[in-house]
Amino acid sequence: MADPIKHDILIIGGGGAGLRAAIAVAENDPDLTVALVSKVYPMRSHTVAAEGGAAAVVTDTDSFAAHCNDTISGADWLADQDAVEAFVNEAPRELTQMEHWGCPWSRDASGQVAVRPFGGMERERTWYAADKTGFHMLHTLYQTSLKYEGRIKFYDEWFVTKLLVDGDRCRGAVAIELRTGLIHTMVARAVIMCTGGGGRIFAFTTNGAIKTGDGMALAYRAGVPLKDMEFVQYHPTGLPGTGILITEAARSEGGILVNKHGHRYLKDYGIGQPVDITDPRHPQKRTMELGPRDKLSQAFVKEHEKGNTIKSPFGDVVHLDIRHLSAKKIRLKLPFVRELALNYAGIDPIHEPIPVRPVVHYMMGGIHTDIHGATPLAGLFAAGECACVSINGANRLGSNSLTELLVFGARAGAAAVAFAREQEYGKLATLEKQTNDERRRIREEFLTKQGGTERIAALRTELYHAMEKGAGIYRTEASLKETDRTLESLHGRYDNLQIDDHSNCYNTELTSALELRNMLDIAGALLHSALERKESRGSHQRTDHPKRDDRKYLKHSLAYRSGDGPPKIKYLDVVITKWPPAKRVYGAEAPTGT
Amino acid sequence: MPDKTITLDVFRFQPEGDGKATFQKFDVPYHDHWVVLDALNWIKDEVDGTLTYRWSCRMGVCGSCGMMVDGVPKLTCAAFLKDYYPSPVRVEPLAYFPVERDLVIDMEGFLDKLKSIRPWLIREQEKPLEDGVYLQSPNELASFKQYTMCINCLLCYAACPVVGAEEDFIGPAAIAIAQRYNLDNRDQGEHLRADAMASDEGAWGCTFVGECSEVCPKNVDPAGAIQRAKVDNTKDWYKRMLMPWGQR
Repeated sequence: MADPIKHDILIIGGGGAGLRAAIAVAENDPDLTVALVSKVYPMRSHTVAAEGGAAAVVTDTDSFAAHCNDTISGADWLADQDAVEAFVNEAPRELTQMEHWGCPWSRDASGQVAVRPFGGMERERTWYAADKTGFHMLHTLYQTSLKYEGRIKFYDEWFVTKLLVDGDRCRGAVAIELRTGLIHTMVARAVIMCTGGGGRIFAFTTNGAIKTGDGMALAYRAGVPLKDMEFVQYHPTGLPGTGILITEAARSEGGILVNKHGHRYLKDYGIGQPVDITDPRHPQKRTMELGPRDKLSQAFVKEHEKGNTIKSPFGDVVHLDIRHLSAKKIRLKLPFVRELALNYAGIDPIHEPIPVRPVVHYMMGGIHTDIHGATPLAGLFAAGECACVSINGANRLGSNSLTELLVFGARAGAAAVAFAREQEYGKLATLEKQTNDERRRIREEFLTKQGGTERIAALRTELYHAMEKGAGIYRTEASLKETDRTLESLHGRYDNLQIDDHSNCYNTELTSALELRNMLDIAGALLHSALERKESRGSHQRTDHPKRDDRKYLKHSLAYRSGDGPPKIKYLDVVITKWPPAKRVYGAEAPTGT
Repeated sequence: MPDKTITLDVFRFQPEGDGKATFQKFDVPYHDHWVVLDALNWIKDEVDGTLTYRWSCRMGVCGSCGMMVDGVPKLTCAAFLKDYYPSPVRVEPLAYFPVERDLVIDMEGFLDKLKSIRPWLIREQEKPLEDGVYLQSPNELASFKQYTMCINCLLCYAACPVVGAEEDFIGPAAIAIAQRYNLDNRDQGEHLRADAMASDEGAWGCTFVGECSEVCPKNVDPAGAIQRAKVDNTKDWYKRMLMPWGQR
């Protein structure tokens, strides 16, 4: 392939957001060319592992105001309300578009799409495809994108190492073609980052191997701030040891969480009171097991401190019990949950409860964008988990993320098209020089490097244990600072990596080393954002600052890279439109949306 | 090293080297709960960073980690060491695909075959989004649901002797995915897929060995999809013979 590789729009990341953006560009303007660059074949993207569903208002008893209220209160008021309103408004259209593209949504008896209740939501509005919604959405999007052969060009297994920036504008990217090891200059008139989150910086995560925060780091190193990085979501029900996700849908269908005494312990944590599982009102919305994820994960830690959790070969757990759902219902609506429990927990949930614990699942924070997906760097857009608009604020509600991929993937695609039409390509000589510098850097720092004594895996393991310990569900200044000290030492040791693989063809040790660098960079942004936010809100809980402080902190954190030192943290006001900050309540006291 | 170990006998191939394929043995710690993928990760992390393979989700849904384990196509994230211990475990790249390096195969050929059956919903007239979703009863969904479950892991291709013998045979997953659309009541594109499906490279290339369905980790039953495609194609043929004036 002759360099430079030129396309009007360059999309980095081939998951739900990237594919949706690519289709949006292809449909918006048939004259524009789109490159979709992904370090894996698109159907391997981690969207594939999402299970529970995608939210959009669809029933007569529901309203946009209610979806907004649930999302904003769920976010502990850190969500930008103009963004939430746009998101909620566009959600039904996007999910209907997915259906028109063939997504096999589960149906009710009348042939309409079925909806289920979900955590923190006042009404049923979560569309679902059994319990493999992300899988079905990703394959629908990928297969639909294949219709645009000729307009969407796929660069599968190309790894982006650097953004090309010139004249305060993003002009493209440098990418390694994994198969050959050739390093290419890819130029574009607009770039959309859709690379997902970085859960792999923590020890226990639902995330797959590829979730190393690459795009967040690329933007960060190009001077773009990362917003709200301190807000990391622990999903309450992951399998112990592996961290494999057991969907919230298990609780939507009536599953309960019990401690070692068999008690539904959530009743002690301000998320309402249980009704019996045989009561037709069970499961009650915004109550108990259908409370928001941050509170459920925090409850686990408290139960553990009280000695109420159950010992397992892989650490402490609680039990997710779905035995009272009939075997028929489990087979029809939660077949994947059953398969995962059988394969990876060694139990059949028809007959035994599933051992679960909170595991890192999603990053609310990410590349700072406006409501159109534009970042402060002209020409760079972002969408999906790697971006922070913010609609999720301090805590995301389950099933908002799959919808987010579509709404903001489409928005970023449209915004990139509008921008690109007004742009020329960057100065080729300047950009090719940047690529040459990057080629030399990769050769010297990795491919020809000899000596070195630090295994990549050793540094990675130390990183994620330190993050889990010091930046987990509950944090203190001391715990965060200690993790930061570990991070500092890891940066130093990174220069002494032992590289076995000096080859060009398909060098995954090189990509692991580059991913580790990305992980170290986003970990630093996270830690310092967490240190500076001296309050507790949503998923960021400081035991040394246990209260929410709207006066000082009803603001987004913006972490700017600052040379080799700690990032500079600035603040940006949250946009409030119709929902003034209030007390966050769940259970019987939960107010209904107006 | 813990007391128990297990030997992995792993296929190695480096295109930049002498072009020869070899096998390399590694003694790996044995844990009851480990899968073959855990063993490969241990080798790469601790012993030999050049070992090259694909993986991501480790929960059987991304389809990346398919390899031959003791000669059988498996997802290595779902192949438990305890089912092989204490015997050594031979790990090779998926059969019948060109090898890029070590355990990584070239899947471009599969993508071409997939594209040949137009794997997207085809409608003569699109309904405006404002008019809502297409109605589909639970029974209508059930009639093609199984074929939507394909994770493109390619184990079925590695199990199919026809794939091995006939380079152009479009293969089990592509045919199953074509059927996924053909049987979807919202789709109107069966006739556009017919050329690819009704040819000797399509469903008629299949000799009904059935190994594809045996190895499929998601119970897609591609063999069933192919036989159904043969039946549907035959019915269409009769219709065209008996009613040449009619439309398919």
